Amino acid sequence: MRKVLIKGNDAIVRGALLGGATHFFGYPITPASEIAQGAANLFTRSGRTFLQAESETSAINMIYGAASTGARVMTASSGPGVALMLEGLSYLAGAELPSVIVDVQRAGPGLGNIWPEQSDYNMCCKGGGHGSFHNIVLAPSSGQEMTDFAYRAFDIADAYRMTVIILTDAYVGQMMEPVGFPSAVRHGARKSWAVYGDESSRQNLISSIVMNQTGMAELNIMLQEKYARAARDLTDWDEIETEDAEFLLIAFGITSRVASTAVSHLRENGLKVGLLRPKTLFPFPSERIAELAGQVNLMAVAELNNGMMAQDVELAVRGGCDVRKYNWYGGMVPSADELASRVREDFNG
Amino acid sequence: MVKHAKPKGFYDTFERKSSQGGPESETTHYCPGCGHGTVHKLIAEALEDFGIKDRTVFLSPVGCSVFAYYYFDTGNIQCSHGRAPAVGTGVIRSLDDAVVISYQGDGDLAGIGTAEIVHAANRGENMAVFFVNNAIYGMTGGQLAPTTLLGQETTTTPLGRLADREGGPIHMSEMLDALDGPAFIERTSLSNAAGVMKTRKAVRKALTNQVERRGFSFVEILSPCPVGWKLTPIQSRIWIKDNMETIFQVKRFRDREEGSRGTGRMPLMGDEELKELLGSDHGEEARKGENLETECRVKIAGFGGQGVMSAGVLLANTAIGEGLEATWLPSYGPEMRGGTANASVVISDEPVGSPVVNRPTTLLAMNGPSLDSLEDSVITGGLIVVNSSLINRKVRRDDVKVVYAPVSDMAAEAGFLKGANVVMLSLYLLEKGVPGIQTLKTVIPKSIKKKELVEVNLKLVKAAEEFHAS
Amino acid sequence: MSGNRVEVNQDLCKACRVCVETCPQHCLELGSAINALGYQAVRFDSVDCTACGMCFYVCPEPGALTVIKGEDA
Ligand SMILES: Cc1ncc(C[n+]2csc(CCOP(=O)(O)OP(=O)(O)O)c2C)c(N)n1
Ligand code: SF4
Repeated sequence: MRKVLIKGNDAIVRGALLGGATHFFGYPITPASEIAQGAANLFTRSGRTFLQAESETSAINMIYGAASTGARVMTASSGPGVALMLEGLSYLAGAELPSVIVDVQRAGPGLGNIWPEQSDYNMCCKGGGHGSFHNIVLAPSSGQEMTDFAYRAFDIADAYRMTVIILTDAYVGQMMEPVGFPSAVRHGARKSWAVYGDESSRQNLISSIVMNQTGMAELNIMLQEKYARAARDLTDWDEIETEDAEFLLIAFGITSRVASTAVSHLRENGLKVGLLRPKTLFPFPSERIAELAGQVNLMAVAELNNGMMAQDVELAVRGGCDVRKYNWYGGMVPSADELASRVREDFNG
Repeated sequence: MVKHAKPKGFYDTFERKSSQGGPESETTHYCPGCGHGTVHKLIAEALEDFGIKDRTVFLSPVGCSVFAYYYFDTGNIQCSHGRAPAVGTGVIRSLDDAVVISYQGDGDLAGIGTAEIVHAANRGENMAVFFVNNAIYGMTGGQLAPTTLLGQETTTTPLGRLADREGGPIHMSEMLDALDGPAFIERTSLSNAAGVMKTRKAVRKALTNQVERRGFSFVEILSPCPVGWKLTPIQSRIWIKDNMETIFQVKRFRDREEGSRGTGRMPLMGDEELKELLGSDHGEEARKGENLETECRVKIAGFGGQGVMSAGVLLANTAIGEGLEATWLPSYGPEMRGGTANASVVISDEPVGSPVVNRPTTLLAMNGPSLDSLEDSVITGGLIVVNSSLINRKVRRDDVKVVYAPVSDMAAEAGFLKGANVVMLSLYLLEKGVPGIQTLKTVIPKSIKKKELVEVNLKLVKAAEEFHAS
Repeated sequence: MSGNRVEVNQDLCKACRVCVETCPQHCLELGSAINALGYQAVRFDSVDCTACGMCFYVCPEPGALTVIKGEDA
């Protein structure tokens, strides 16, 4: 496969189109704007639909509308915009509509800045909006994964009737890397539940309102079962040098790239350090982490926030292993040397 | 002969309302004398008369009409509060032949959803909007609405609406009439039978417009909420006449009898065409050339306009042309506004870890400020190439290799000042050996579209080669 | 005798009286019996009905009123 040098944000657009996306509704925000710009160009030229909405609130509701008609639909934004979409995400979950949202994370809180953080972790992985719901959250760490995950996201969204969030960050979005493209174009199938404006779908209703308590409870229970099924079938992660590891680093996205370099430096120095990189953040690879808790002496979670994923790791290991938190904020991304020296301190300490 | 009976636009029985049967499943959930029922009936009648039930997608809002989907025998979507026009936009952008109906109250449309209605109207979306203006929030218990009249008592204006405190009632039809987008705007009233019949006409007109794809059609209906107003159904109709109609002028604001609107979409590409558009053809994989000795972390910095970004892309492309791994990371966003720009390129035999270059192995300094700010960051034993055309000073460090080259002058001599970046890049490749300058020569024609520019750039590479050889 | 009439479904009327006030021929009036929904449903009792349909259109209930034009009119 020939590889082309493109930005992560552009890789998303291409992966999505090859994955069968037909509609994009978006609102610009750095560092995600190239996705809207790329979609404006490529969705439009290919006879698909791109529309710039008046706000992220509108964008997510346009998604709700198009998803109701069975379309493969997406948007891309960053923290402040995704925050505006939370009500919509909750409605999508309640009405069981498939959609794909890209969050190219920037630093917060507030307007923050445009450099990378991973502080939308809780907002995206814990549902975010009101109600007991989840989104499937994929965490690419390279241009290639930006394409591959966007390509797969629509199939997953359709299969589970859920929102798939591609949770990435400013650097993976802005960075150019060689990327190869999947060779087959995917297409969504007709959905029995969708509204097509024709006779056979006329009886269909898209709604998240259930006015009786038992019915609402049943919907919730059904959703939780669906999430459990996703946990069984979709959980995905990568491991580097874990077989004999005494110390486990856990990181996703941009941080996992730094961590992988750090691990190879540490190994060169004879330290038995391994890396686990979740590729799905919801569902989270809790079982595997619990297993490794029995093997390693110490775990450390490196992330660009105040320890959000570390909480999930702590839940997974249930006290079976000490969990250290390495946190950075504001767009500060550690160098591999910096991370390695943190590990060295804890390894020897 | 039956002249008027329950329109077929309604379900026979309202099973979504009550599966128990009995009168519950044949009546609405609305209070006695509520205007919503009347408007529903006019819509249901038109759906039947025009034969458009199959094509119709009905959007229920949040408000007393949240359950409109109990009644209409059409495709149904229940929306979040105020966002139906955005939802409808998503629907109509996906279903070209659908008749989209957005049914909204005043809190929904003129309060929380003001942005959505204004922009859907401005885009001229193909949808019929039925805006039930009852000057109050019915569902939540009679609170202030954007359309509440001055002096009107509501549960959140217990002393009456006061202009100095809450502002005055909002005039949506007039507001939307200020936009170019809408095809049809009318305000009607349910105060009496004549008003109901006028409303009927307006409803039918708005739906005809959808069948004919004439665009955004808006009917604002002054409608009674007897319970919220604490009046009888009869009194509330008189109240509309006496109070609402004097504030909200009943009138047809616009009726643009133009042809149908297009979808604005280009022809749909098939799979092969799409792949070609995306450049996802399956050409040859690059063959791996020589190995690097160590990972190279290069910073290229200069003014915006000196081509540092594109030099970085060329460098990364040259590297992958030799089967190496590479990342390119730009400075971006407001960082760019100051006029300086830099690109970070990492080249490696292995997959690149971090693309962030804090400690470059090489600095390609295109201007003075870049050298000033980045000189110290270069690693010991690293390389700095200085554009001596623009930088008069020497590098202060003695633990790095330095090459001084008047790259701007060299580019200007070749008649293409903008090509200074390519001279700089060429010098880097010549210094390092891997990736090689020959690969750059093959990358340039693939990366630059204009033929004349390819030639000039190749000439610049040559100039760099000559400089390097001397 | 026109034979025009309005059938009032006694179960479905909510007795808002809008039809009573609207009918130009004063053909409708409030009844005294209380229906399953708890309302005193409207009654039709007249020979002056022109089957104009005004009551039908102002009535907020989908199926409470049916207007029938007499065969011999
Ligand atoms: C985000 C959000 N805020 C508030 C509400 C509560 N709410 C439900 S209906 C409504 C007002 C509806 O009033 P209007 O649109 O005038 O319709 P009516 O009930 O008068 O027909 C409000 C505030 C909600 N459902 N969602
Ligand atoms: S509260 Fe008002 S708007 Fe709501 S159903 Fe009753 S009368 Fe109608």
